[in-house]
Amino acid sequence: MDTAPLHAPDAVRPAGWHGVVADWSSDQRSFKGASWGKVMMWIFLLSDTFIFGCFLLSYMSVRMSTTVPWPNPSEVFALEIAGTNFPLILIAIMTFVLISSSGTMAMAVNCAYRRDRGKTTALMLLTAVFGATFVGMQAFEWSKLIHEGVRPWENPWGAPQFGAAFFTITGFHGTHVTIGVIMLLIVARKVWRGDFDHERPGGLTGRRGRYEMVEIAGLYWHFVDLVWVFIFALFYLW
Amino acid sequence: MVEAQAGTSPTHEGQQHPIRVYLVVWGWLFVLSLFSYLVDYFHLQGMLRWGLILLFMTLKAGLIVAVFMHMAWERLALAYAILLPPLAVLVFAALMVIESDYTLWMRQTFLASGG
Repeated sequence: MDTAPLHAPDAVRPAGWHGVVADWSSDQRSFKGASWGKVMMWIFLLSDTFIFGCFLLSYMSVRMSTTVPWPNPSEVFALEIAGTNFPLILIAIMTFVLISSSGTMAMAVNCAYRRDRGKTTALMLLTAVFGATFVGMQAFEWSKLIHEGVRPWENPWGAPQFGAAFFTITGFHGTHVTIGVIMLLIVARKVWRGDFDHERPGGLTGRRGRYEMVEIAGLYWHFVDLVWVFIFALFYLW
Repeated sequence: MVEAQAGTSPTHEGQQHPIRVYLVVWGWLFVLSLFSYLVDYFHLQGMLRWGLILLFMTLKAGLIVAVFMHMAWERLALAYAILLPPLAVLVFAALMVIESDYTLWMRQTFLASGG
């Protein structure tokens, strides 16, 4: 049992603000109805929010305080396709790829709770492929900018802080996506082998495997997409 | 007895929701991303640009957290514990805006060559 049980079979937990007070003032567990695994993932994601929040705040501070003009991201990340110049097109495609992966992940979680092993595995692998595509496009973008002379301390177009902010923010995000892809592959393998049907414990824990692990992996994956929403808006579009 | 108690917990089997909800949200995320891109494509400027960018960003983030991450169906005790602390980042942002304006003013006033 991961969730805190009610004491009587016909008992109902209070909802709304009364529920918040009742849950937080109760014995043993504040988070009723959520397993500790899910709660720990949420708390980790909260801490990660602060990390990315601080990165974006640093970027905001250097951009606001420099007297040198900031490079125009719309032009820096433009791409020429068939003779036409598309502003920001690569970033737009990366955004759509990541959103697609979030959709397939949500579907995978849904299939997992219906114990559909085949579909869950397929959807998770598809999510991993989208994630790998995203990282590949980011590698392309990095090498393009490095060829054009962007360094963490200088660039040909304006404020030197542009490179530092770009490499730090997208680099940390890309690392998160890469770790996510690896995690997806591991969990997909577990689903395919039927570890969660047979409640087989994982390699690092004695706890029984369960389909909720797909949802917890999904939380991390959606968070990676969530961070990209903010990076896309605040770094690329601003 | 233990089985009887386990059976009373509605969330024991995890988050089960109709696929339609996910598909609708998925579609909206695509549309909102397209809108964000079009803001840049049509070179909107000034308050309109920033307003639209922040609006689409907030809507997308809200949809992802509420539906894809199931926060809309979690108990409020968890939702508030996770969603309220990030507000501190906004306070931090306000402080850094003041600080950055001050730094910029210092540079413009005392550094002839800029910073």
